[in-house]
Amino acid sequence: MADPVEPIIRVRGLKTQFGAQAIHQGLDLDVRRGEILGIVGGSGTGKSVLLRTIIGLNRPAAGRIEVFGQDLAKIAPIQRLAAEQRWGVLFQDGALFSALTVAQNIEVPMKEHLGMPARLRDEIAALKIAMVGLPPEAGSKYPSELSGGMRKRAGLARSLALDPDLIFLDEPTAGLDPIGAANFDQLIRRLQVNLGLTVFMVTHDLDSLHAICDRIAVLAEKRVMVIGTMADMLRHEHPWLRAYFHGPRARAAQPQVEEVGE
Amino acid sequence: MSRWSMTDGWLKMAAGDGGGMRFLVGGHWDARNATRLDQQLRGLAPATDAPVILDLGQVERLDTAGAWLLHRTRKEYQARGGRADYASLTPAYEAMLEQVAANDQPAEIEPPRPAALWAVLDRIGRGTVEVTVEAQQQIAFLGLLLVTLAGSLRHPSRLRLVPLIYHMEKVGFNALPIVGLISFLIGVVLAYQGATQLQRFGAEIFVVNLISVSVLREIAILLTAIVVAGRSGSAFTAEIGSMVVNEEVDAMRTLGLDPMEVLVLPRVLALVITLPLLVFFADIMGLFGGMLMCWGSLDISPSLFLERLQGAVSPWSFWVGMIKAPFFAFLIAMVGCLEGLRVTRSAESVGQQTTRSVVTGIFLVIVVDAMFSIFFAAVGV
Repeated sequence: MADPVEPIIRVRGLKTQFGAQAIHQGLDLDVRRGEILGIVGGSGTGKSVLLRTIIGLNRPAAGRIEVFGQDLAKIAPIQRLAAEQRWGVLFQDGALFSALTVAQNIEVPMKEHLGMPARLRDEIAALKIAMVGLPPEAGSKYPSELSGGMRKRAGLARSLALDPDLIFLDEPTAGLDPIGAANFDQLIRRLQVNLGLTVFMVTHDLDSLHAICDRIAVLAEKRVMVIGTMADMLRHEHPWLRAYFHGPRARAAQPQVEEVGE
Repeated sequence: MSRWSMTDGWLKMAAGDGGGMRFLVGGHWDARNATRLDQQLRGLAPATDAPVILDLGQVERLDTAGAWLLHRTRKEYQARGGRADYASLTPAYEAMLEQVAANDQPAEIEPPRPAALWAVLDRIGRGTVEVTVEAQQQIAFLGLLLVTLAGSLRHPSRLRLVPLIYHMEKVGFNALPIVGLISFLIGVVLAYQGATQLQRFGAEIFVVNLISVSVLREIAILLTAIVVAGRSGSAFTAEIGSMVVNEEVDAMRTLGLDPMEVLVLPRVLALVITLPLLVFFADIMGLFGGMLMCWGSLDISPSLFLERLQGAVSPWSFWVGMIKAPFFAFLIAMVGCLEGLRVTRSAESVGQQTTRSVVTGIFLVIVVDAMFSIFFAAVGV
């Protein structure tokens, strides 16, 4: 494997803006290989915008973004395509193609990029369906026939179709009931360990942050204000961090970690 | 960094212990190489039941796709009664193979397809039921709409004036340019086509009768109704449909607002009021286009045109067109609103219902137009 010190994502001096309004200004962020990084921040601090900018759906106004050690703005389209095949993205509601079944959704990248024969695609799609904990009969269902939690699992399966090194998750547990959310957390953790994934996760879910994130990056004041482990967050004195990690919901989320932090 | 994309996975056979086989696998066993490795593995001659060893000693990268291929190969050998084992596993590869083995379950890929004849019958049946249900809903909606309308006429204060004016501007005033342009061009075309035919009989002057009667009785009203169905009927469906998707219509009901009164009635009334005005405008523009064409290419001067016009048309020619306008407007608006309310809670269905709204609207307009023709023929105007 590559040099462990080298980050898998390196963002330097990022500036993004919509019209005259700057969302990020001078934002720096490193994501380490093999970690689960949680991105938190108040509404409107540009968490999802950051995710979309890193994967190239938004154009930054200034700054450098390197993923897998390559500056995505500077490389040739063919290299960019190769890089894109090495990451997977789970959008908030799964973003499944509604005209295709779940299994066909998972097969899209295999068919488009690798030209796999149908039989092998079906086998691997079945494998991914099982890996994300969907029942076998879900494969032939259309997205409109699935519940929100199942759509997210199916979206996760599609993002894992090409066995990426890195996955981006946009609020993976939003809209799930607590049991579903906890299961989804464990699923992400298990896949991350078993497949050696790096996970970049935008979330508001304090339980997820406690349960599976190795590090947490807090977006505020248009940049990454703090980055560190949960214990670092709990020790930090910034009022927003205290309100976020010591508020009533945070206490309810994980009292035993609270004790470790104190 | 991208070295793995350059690297192949490979598979070699060697003699194993005790008459068995030893597969040496190495390189990158990943999704990128899976297609080729899959062919290679499937092409292997079916072995005897001698023991087989899959030696992973030289694997540099293993992902779920590669692990699946190894797992499948091993499983197939075992199914034939042979023995197959892995060798030289690192803990990471072992974990990957275990992960794949644990998730080895076939899944359904597509919903089962019924036989062709069955599918045809199925579609005919579904289509028939759907048409019947839709007709029922249209009749029920018509009744509901008339009741709501009667209610508002009894209590005019409940009529929502601001939305009414807003929709009148949107469906009426803003449609003037497109309706006017289309009518004008059709007038020009009619004059030109009519003239070339009538010239053969030396009866060019009758082109005035042709233009005036056809524009006033049929063309202006039909064209305007079709443009409005495409422009406003679809807009009604899309607006109301996206409100349904957004649960706004449900919210209205819980707040004690009647969607019929708030959403449907202003739109229907706006169209019923403005479509006749649009038709009048289309009449004028159509005649104007015909007149210009007559002047330009047939040397029928505008004054002569207007003189012939008075002889050619009776007031009834004009009224036959105008009488139809409110009926068509009512149909278009009703279908537009009904299809909007029939949207289910998905963005996809907004598109489907919008298409349906335009098609149904135009279809009903033409059917009712034919019925009017029979009626007017029977009463002799």
